[in-house]
Amino acid sequence: MIKHLRLPRLSWRFIPVWQRNYLVWKKLAIPSILGNLADPMLYMLGLGFGLGSLLPDIDGMSYLSFLAAGTVAYSTMNAATFEVLYSSFSRMHVQRTWDAILNAPMTLDDIMLGELTWATSKSLLSGVAILAVIWGLGLFGNFWMTLWIIPVVALVGFCFGGMGLVMNAVSPSYDFFLYYFTLVITPMVLLCGVFFPVTQLPPLLQSVSAWLPLTHAIDLARPLVIGRVPDSVALHVTALLIYGSLGYVIALALTRKRLLK
Amino acid sequence: MLKVRGLTKTYGDTEVVRGLDLDVRRGECFGLLGPNGAGKTTTLRLLLGLTDPDSGSIELAGIKVPQMAREARMKVGVVPQLDNLDPDFSVRENLLAYGRYFGMSKAAVTARVPMLLEFAGLANKADAQIAQLSGGMKRRLTLARALVHDPDILFLDEPTTGLDPQARHLIWQGLRRLLAEGKTIVLTTHFMDEAERLADRLAILDHGRRVVEGAPRALIEAHIEPAVVEVFGEGLADWTRAHAATLCLRHESVGETLFCYTATPDSVIDALKEVPALRYVHRPSNLEDVFLKLTGRDLRD
Ligand SMILES: Nc1ncnc2c1ncn2[C@@H]1O[C@H](COP(=O)(O)OP(=O)(O)OP(=O)(O)O)[C@@H](O)[C@H]1O
Ligand SMILES: [Mg+2]
Repeated sequence: MIKHLRLPRLSWRFIPVWQRNYLVWKKLAIPSILGNLADPMLYMLGLGFGLGSLLPDIDGMSYLSFLAAGTVAYSTMNAATFEVLYSSFSRMHVQRTWDAILNAPMTLDDIMLGELTWATSKSLLSGVAILAVIWGLGLFGNFWMTLWIIPVVALVGFCFGGMGLVMNAVSPSYDFFLYYFTLVITPMVLLCGVFFPVTQLPPLLQSVSAWLPLTHAIDLARPLVIGRVPDSVALHVTALLIYGSLGYVIALALTRKRLLK
Repeated sequence: MLKVRGLTKTYGDTEVVRGLDLDVRRGECFGLLGPNGAGKTTTLRLLLGLTDPDSGSIELAGIKVPQMAREARMKVGVVPQLDNLDPDFSVRENLLAYGRYFGMSKAAVTARVPMLLEFAGLANKADAQIAQLSGGMKRRLTLARALVHDPDILFLDEPTTGLDPQARHLIWQGLRRLLAEGKTIVLTTHFMDEAERLADRLAILDHGRRVVEGAPRALIEAHIEPAVVEVFGEGLADWTRAHAATLCLRHESVGETLFCYTATPDSVIDALKEVPALRYVHRPSNLEDVFLKLTGRDLRD
């Protein structure tokens, strides 16, 4: 691993990889978008309407708005994670598409940057779809403010794309990804304030939560939904960038070890 | 076109490639032969800069590898041992996508597609999905894909393994056409007839070492007696004891068969005719005899 750890050499050659994934996706775009939307929508509307009427406002916003803001981040995270886990893995391991690309004048740095930017693009779409629902249901405070959610979603996609690539690099099979969901993603959803405010947690868990990327994502998205400027923007943005970049660099080293040894 | 010196690669405790030297000239077809696990695929991966050697130097089309592997791969077309066509794309889309990985514009690839499809005999399959292709078609498409950027040199890793005779002949015709156009080919294969047919020169590898190198005919003449009589049937052991040493220049018993290597097959056959229980096959010696003589008859895995 150490031998393979070095700074990535970024080049524009990642674009054909991104484009490859885009062209394949385009063939099935409509079902893919609907599939992406259905799950978070069901949660949001089911829980929001069902539970929301029983609950008081949280920090001056209805439970439905509160949950919608959490869902933007949550759904974006999921879209990026699924893409770099299941889809990238089938391209790398099952179909050996990466091997084919490596025979061209491409490096693993290019391929994985292509995968990362593609996962970011897909999660951007996912996040914007939820945003559209927020617009449609009028769950926002200030429309112009909600436009800032678009770059936030892209950043969140980048962060979880980079992290997920590490899993992709070490996984022997699809089954392995279940560990990541059980041990990382699901706890994160519960600890980071998607469904209820982090302040409800015991102090120890609150301090854990402060370190988790989804918390940073939600701390940016939620104020923007209700029309406020988020606190500590630089901190949250930096944290998400660091998680994503570190993930990409580590994943690159591990994948070099896996494919280029 | 290709110059390799002292190439070494170790995986764990095993030296998979040991001090390999190779020279391939422009326009020739060079065969890499060797039993399973001899290091053929690993050698090709080293030549492409897909893995770093432990020692040794590689110059591919005048470019140093692995230092400038990206530039070197621009000049090479690769047919890998295992097909890795893109199953999410049609035949045509596979070529278009692959061209983009070489930095070609869509127009430049599109202009080459009809020629490539014709070369692969897939002109009427342009819009077929990969899953609908036969093994031979897939192999031909992989070959066409390797030519998308009009490379000077081709690396073919077992291009006809698993294909029926018709499909193999079609691939061979394609390769001859490429050689006639002046392309250089490096080819690995387990088929001795394929190597004899296509390769101008070849090297036999075993345990990562080059055992021998030369033109197929020259190797046969240098290493093997001109003819082989394979004998089998009831009473073989007695006959072998009585006659093999005097009638054969060299002989070898493998299971229930005697391989009698000789320059005068007629005298062996005359003697065999007196023992009706014994059956035999008489044939000129070939590359396979050289291969088995030099690498032994033991299974490798
Ligand atoms: N990535 C790897 N890690 C560890 N060992 C490897 C790796 N790749 C190849 N080997 C080992 O190196 C040896 C040579 O393998 P290689 O694939 O180069 O052989 P080959 O001559 O192409 O064989 P075949 O005719 O079966 O294709 C084998 O023993 C193989 O198990
Ligand atoms: Mg091989």
